[in-house]
Amino acid sequence: MSTEKSVWRRAFEWHEARLPLVSFIDNSVGSKYPAPKNLNYFWNFGSLAGFMLVTMILTGIFLAMNYTPHKDMAFDSVERIMRDVNFGWLIRYMHANGASFFFIVVYIHIFRGLYYGSYKAPREVLWWMGILIFLAMMATAFMGYVLPWGQMSFWGATVITNLFSALPIIGEPIVTFLWGGFGVDNPTLNRFFSLHYLLPFVIVGLVVFHIWALHIPGSNNPLGIEAAPADKIPFHPYYTAKDAFGLGVFLLVYFAIVFWYPNILGDPLNYVVANPLVTPTHIVPEWYFLPFYAILRAIPDKLLGVLAMFGAILVLFVLPWLDTSRVRSANFRPWFRVFFWLFFINGLVLGWCGSQLPEGLPLVLGRVCTFYYFFFFFVIMPVVGWMETPKPLPASISSPVMKAAE
Amino acid sequence: MANMAPAHTPESTGADGETRRDFLLHTTVAFGAVGTAMAVWPLISSMNPAADTLALSTTEFNLGGLQEGQAVTIVWRGKPVFVRYRTPAEIEAARNTPMNDLVEPAKDEDRVKKGKEKYLILVGVCTHLGCIPLGTKAMDARGDFGGWFCPCHGSHYDTSGRIRKGPAPENLKVPPYQFLDDTTVRIG
Repeated sequence: MSTEKSVWRRAFEWHEARLPLVSFIDNSVGSKYPAPKNLNYFWNFGSLAGFMLVTMILTGIFLAMNYTPHKDMAFDSVERIMRDVNFGWLIRYMHANGASFFFIVVYIHIFRGLYYGSYKAPREVLWWMGILIFLAMMATAFMGYVLPWGQMSFWGATVITNLFSALPIIGEPIVTFLWGGFGVDNPTLNRFFSLHYLLPFVIVGLVVFHIWALHIPGSNNPLGIEAAPADKIPFHPYYTAKDAFGLGVFLLVYFAIVFWYPNILGDPLNYVVANPLVTPTHIVPEWYFLPFYAILRAIPDKLLGVLAMFGAILVLFVLPWLDTSRVRSANFRPWFRVFFWLFFINGLVLGWCGSQLPEGLPLVLGRVCTFYYFFFFFVIMPVVGWMETPKPLPASISSPVMKAAE
Repeated sequence: MANMAPAHTPESTGADGETRRDFLLHTTVAFGAVGTAMAVWPLISSMNPAADTLALSTTEFNLGGLQEGQAVTIVWRGKPVFVRYRTPAEIEAARNTPMNDLVEPAKDEDRVKKGKEKYLILVGVCTHLGCIPLGTKAMDARGDFGGWFCPCHGSHYDTSGRIRKGPAPENLKVPPYQFLDDTTVRIG
């Protein structure tokens, strides 16, 4: 091989010395980012979430080229996208189902963080950035759901904006301000469209902070112990290859829904144009809001219900201090592990309660599960941390493997 | 494949110096590139005219109300189309023009329908940069050749809509059209 550098190589190095763009990517998610060698498939969901963010922004940009944010034209413009625009049906189904899959991925990502203690020192700010992304996602998804201007869009917007009316004194003025009128109307639709386009780029910014904060301590791992340099491997090609494989499996599921069951996750009532004079008999949010919706309805007081619902997410901010255990991975915490899986099932049951009419069994169950939701954070997290005897931690990531080999 | 070299590890090289790992890398990248292209295609395609836009591509017009020497502008695909009932003098001027005087030589006979030579139908978009030339309304400037004059950059068209002077490179376009009966024309 010649020792002379090619002209391309020299041009690349000249540019890189002035703006190290490729080095930046390589340091962030490339060969210069050392990651623990024992990451399991639950660690795929970060890059999957990034993939979904890009997919949502891309499909959204092309949908916006054919969408009209006006109360008299929005519904018809969406139908035109479905019928007349080339591949409009595909782009819209990718976007609508993409929201669901984005949430599936992010929920798994959050539960992975909970199980393996990824929120604990020194990753608290990384965890905060994640919660901010989650909150921004919920706002974006809610406003996006209003845009087709169907019955569920309209009444979902009405109910959710009215949550703020629970606040004493300032509640009513805030709701009027959010609407830009005396009810959900054309000004509301206009601003929701504007913000729905803006917020994803705010999320991109938050993702940059999320990844930046990740790189200070580096990735957590299934054992939850510090990874020694010898126990790390370069992100590229090892985890890029693993993430690419996971992406392929994920895309099979995502597009199976997009192509064969595109409306399975949506409410058929949203194919009826919004009518401000008729409320549907049973209104429910999209599935990803159901657990929080169940918490709202479990509490028989308007203000307390709203506070509990927002509190259910805000409590995550103080989670690093509620958890008194210094052991990260639940694999070494026999008691916490039980309560964690109870919490997971509790979340599913809450979701089911949220989808039912708030009476009889769903209401009682919703209240029991709401109690456990907060009990888990405020009692189990601190108490189990004190009382539990964790299993002995391995000295390093390699040592259990080495011992087994002996 | 069974008769190939034994101990074919991922790093072992074939005759051409390529390892199996290189082969896997190249096929993966190739599949990824094809997949990305297939994913981008629907997005790009969605920017082309939609089915309802294409469905607007014909316009019918009744020529019955048009007087000799008069011209009107009608809308076809969101763009102006000039319809002019030419006087015999205008037709004669168009037919007697020597081909050598034309930027884009075209016979007047080829720009109208046989038997309907008095009706000149043109897309009213200047071939320079897309402005609408003057000359359809009675009081408009018609340029040096009695046809149309584009005020944007000074292109002059004659009574057959052919470019005679100015920066426009081509004659005004003749849209596809047919006469449905004596006085009804369908454009598109």
